[in-house]
Parts: sequence; C-alpha cells; structure tokens
Amino acid sequence: MRNDKTTEDVALGIRRRVFEHAMRNNGGYLSQACSAAEQLAWLYHEELKLGAPTLPAVPKPFEGVPSADNPDYHTGAGYNGPFAPEFDRLFIAPAHYALVAYATLIETGRMAPEGLEMFNKDGSSVEMIGAEHSPGMEVHNGTLGIGLSTGAGLAYGRKRRGEPGRTWVFMSDGEVQEGQTWEAVQACAHHGIDNLYAIMDVNDQQCDGAMDSVMEVGDIRTKFENFGARCVEVDGHDLSAIRDAAKETHEGRPLIILARTSPFHTMSILEERFPRLHYVRFKSEDERARFNTSIAADLGVDPIDYAH
Amino acid sequence: MVEMVSRPYASAFEKFAAGNPDILCLSADLTSSCEIDGFRDRHPDQFISMGMAEQNMMSFAGGLGLAGFRPFIHTFGVFMYRRPYDQLMASVAYPRRKVRLMGFLPGITTPGGMTHQSIEDISVMRSIPNMSILETGDATEVESICEAADSIDGPVWCRVLRGSVPRLFDTPIKVGEMRVLSEGDDILVVTSGITTEEAMRARSALSKAGLSIRHIHLHTIKPFDHKQLLDHIGSVRGGVVTLENHVTEGGIGSLVAETMADAGVGKRLVRLGLKDTYAHGGSRPYLMRYYGLDALALVRGIEDLMGQDFGISEDDLDAARVEDVHSLVKAEAL
Repeated sequence: MRNDKTTEDVALGIRRRVFEHAMRNNGGYLSQACSAAEQLAWLYHEELKLGAPTLPAVPKPFEGVPSADNPDYHTGAGYNGPFAPEFDRLFIAPAHYALVAYATLIETGRMAPEGLEMFNKDGSSVEMIGAEHSPGMEVHNGTLGIGLSTGAGLAYGRKRRGEPGRTWVFMSDGEVQEGQTWEAVQACAHHGIDNLYAIMDVNDQQCDGAMDSVMEVGDIRTKFENFGARCVEVDGHDLSAIRDAAKETHEGRPLIILARTSPFHTMSILEERFPRLHYVRFKSEDERARFNTSIAADLGVDPIDYAH
Repeated sequence: MVEMVSRPYASAFEKFAAGNPDILCLSADLTSSCEIDGFRDRHPDQFISMGMAEQNMMSFAGGLGLAGFRPFIHTFGVFMYRRPYDQLMASVAYPRRKVRLMGFLPGITTPGGMTHQSIEDISVMRSIPNMSILETGDATEVESICEAADSIDGPVWCRVLRGSVPRLFDTPIKVGEMRVLSEGDDILVVTSGITTEEAMRARSALSKAGLSIRHIHLHTIKPFDHKQLLDHIGSVRGGVVTLENHVTEGGIGSLVAETMADAGVGKRLVRLGLKDTYAHGGSRPYLMRYYGLDALALVRGIEDLMGQDFGISEDDLDAARVEDVHSLVKAEAL
C-alpha cells in the first residue's frame, strides 16, 4: 500500500510514534526505533508486495490461542494483506521490535493509530512481545533464532508450489549468536532457496548491552557468505544503499542485507544510556523530562504532554 | 510362531507418501536408520535432507506447514525433542502445524545408551497443548501409522518401531481407540509399544495360575478415552498394572493414575517401567530384564498387587524372541 509520503517520512513517523508512546508510558523500545525505522519503512512503503489488510484497522481483542476448540483463530498477518501466491510475506523475527512494527503499520495506513493505545494492555492482541495474533505478525518469534528457519521452510514450500511471492525476514544481529541461524543458512544454500530474503538490523546491541561485550560474533558478513548466503552490508540509515542491496543477484541462495545502524540515530540523548539500550525506562522524572525535550527537538516535534 | 516383518515403516511410508504432493519427507542424517532410504532413492523430489540440524528442521517444517505441506520428519525420537524443544513448541505445537514427528528408537529399543534413548518423551508430549501422541506396538501399527498420523488435524508425535518387528494385530490403528486383547475380570493390565508383546508372553502362565487378566493395549496416548479406561477398570475385581517402555512418571502409568484419581477410583495401581532412572547401552532383552520392563517384571508386579506369589518363573513364560543387536535390517543397531 502506497501513499503520498516518502519513505523518509514514514521512518520519521515511526520514530515519532514510538517516542510518543515511550514518553507516555515512561519507557519503551526506543533504540529499536532509532536503528530499524528506515528498514521497516522501506519494507512496507517500497519493497514488499502486499495486498490490502484483511483485518479491521482497530485490532480486535485477544481471541484465544490456536486450538482445536478455537476455529475462528487467525494470525495478525491479515494486516499485511491476504495470503496469495503473488504477494510477499514478512516475519518479524525479533518479536521485541513489535512496537516499531506496529508504528510502521500505522504509518503505512494498515492499522489505526488507536491500535498503539492497546499496546501491552491486558486482553489486547497488540502485545508487547509480538505474538502471532498481534498486528503484522504471522508466526511466533519470541525466541530469537527461529524466524529465519521458519521463513526458509515457507520459502521452500512456496517455491515448490511455483508461487512468485517472496518471503522476507526482518532480523536482529543478536540472532547470529544462535546456532539455528547458521543451520538455516546452510539449509537454504543446500536446497537453493533463493526466494528468501532477510534484512538484519545490525545495531550491535543486545539485552545485556553491547554485543561485543556479551558475545563477540566476528565478521558476520563473511560468516553468512561462508555458510552459503549472498550477503550485502550497507548503512542501514541510507535508503538508497538499502534499495541497491535488495537488487543484488543471489541465484540459488538467500539474500541477507546487513543494515549497519546506530541505536541512537535521531535520538542522540539515548547515548547517555549506552550500553543498556534494550528497553529504556526513565529513572527519574528529571531524566524523563530531559529526554522528552531532547528527543522532541531531534525529531522536530513538540515535547509530549505525558501528564495526560 | 509370531510373524516377523522386516522394515515395515519403509514400505508403509513409501506406499503412503509416494505420489501425494503435499507430503514431504524430511530427514536429519538418519535416513536409512529411519527406513526412508528407499523412499529417498525412488522419490527424491519428495525428500528433503536437513542434515544434523534438528532445530532448523523443526522450524523449517513449521514453515512448510505454513505453505500447506504436511511434512513427515524423521530422526531418532530423542533427537526430535530434546535439543529442539523450543522450536517444537513455537514452530509446530503452538500453531498446530500439520507436522508429523516420526520418532524412532523409543525408550530402550537401542543399545545407544542415554543419548539415544527417549525415555521421557511421552511425558513431555502429553504436557504440550495441541500435541497428539501415537505409539506403535507391532508391524501392523507401524504399517498404519502414517495414515493414522495424517488423519489428525495438528501435530502428531509418533513412537515408531523399526527393523524386525513382530505382527501381533491384524487391524490398523484407529486414532482414539484402544485394543482389548483379553477380557478377564481379576486384573487390568495396560501396555503400549514393545511391552504389549511382553504382557502377551505372560498371559498363559498367569491364566494357569488362575488369574483372569483383562489386557488393554494403547496405540493412542493423546487424545485419550478416559471413560473407556474407567469402564475396563470397573470390570476387574482387583487393581491395575501398567507396563511401559518409558519412565513411569508422565507416561501411561501416570495417564492411568490421573484417570483413576480424577474419577475417585479407589483400586490399587502398580506402575512398571523405568523407575526414575536413565538406562545404559545393551540389547533390548537385556535392558528389559535389567530395568524391569519384561514379562517376568509384569508377573512380579501382579504378585505385588495381589499380595501373593504365583510361583511363576521365567520357564513358565512363553518364549521371548531373541533379537540380534546387529542384523541385516539394522546394521548399526543404534
């Protein structure tokens, strides 16, 4: 779905919504919006071929988990449009990016802004860690490392059925610490799964802090290539570089775009919290106020009136 | 003389899957060990080699399920759930993907020792919402496991016997039912998998000792017909003995215990199986004797339940089949 915005506008809109949400709720996944906004904006606004949403703009409450007794069960993939052979599919592998993903759905007209007000509320499908019934989600990815494998299986199956639609996986760099990621890449290479695409937010951050302090992973581009993927490394805030990367030929192998990003891009005051950026909760009213003023100025908006 | 069937899964799977384009055969480097090497050679278009990478195989199978396929994934049972348990949960069980998990070498049916013996898989699978569980006890059940599993709307855990397998039954698995092998009224014996043959070996000696045994064989462990089991328990004067190729915690012994407790049944229950222990490597008859899973162990369990000694010894039992640890049907034996 396209509108009159530029992809830069969409990315800015994502950050503004996540910022507003974090200020109102005294914390949130701010740094993920900093690092990933361009990638998700680009996917939804430019790259993915998706149909119109099949679910209501205002998300319905949680309607139960999959079970034989729940025949009306559906996933949140309806916000990405219908399943049809020609359409692409997207998995958000790091489910804690859900807030950023929901903001993206709003900015691209796939979900109503009210949807974000349901974030992390009891009984809501707009869960904090995106579940498969959450807007935009199709599978559970709360455990890091399983998204690429599931995407590989879906891509293989779709290729086998002759479907032209691609399978995309949005990944986070911490996932390369999981052995399953490498199992998935070698399986893709062995079976020639080239309708699988991944873009990875390489922000060098993980829950415990900077990745190189938690578990050094070395040169992941070389590793991906050695395991059999085509891998391109770009500045993840440079949309034209991302566009070019997606055009790389990769016959017989998946394409993985490493988007090198900054976890405080456009919100410079977040650097004060380095290296604990995974979930930013303000430690005092003073800090909250300072962040409010600083980030609002960076994003070109008024400070959030979070008292209301 | 019991008919022995060589590699029943091999021909059964090929007959079932060949030409069915929505069935895909996945293997994690144990292709001949899971008797699908012939299928691989004759139907390479339906075979996907996944390598020694069970975590990826599990989530990949979930992705195939998303694309509308019904993958049958093959490896030793123990490798199917211990390492990729999280993937099994998130990618297969939770979303109810139609993934058929064909787990070979259940319990102590391998000389491979702890690393190869899935001794707590039923306990684990029973506790997983959306999961169904089937267990094969003879060649006929192995021959019908594919249809039975594929009739289930959701993921299915299957304990599959391989190699040289006795034919005990002449009707296929009917999901949700249980086999009534004898209708006595003193003691109810409940078995599944390889322990059913052991209970059959003990039956004539017990009969000669004056005991009337009601014997139930379970091929469907989940879903389970509690009402039918309660009817059988109500039909015997004494108590119940369960015998399983599994730890007694969480397996069919627990299943029977829970059924009795839920219904307030006050009869005695003796649960036989692996008693809070791992096993080690050895032949099946040796391990069944050592860990108390064989016909004689059942007799002793019944004596315990009845509080009397029937004077039955090994010599009174029907002959055990002697299995070669290494044979043409399973060269490596693991």
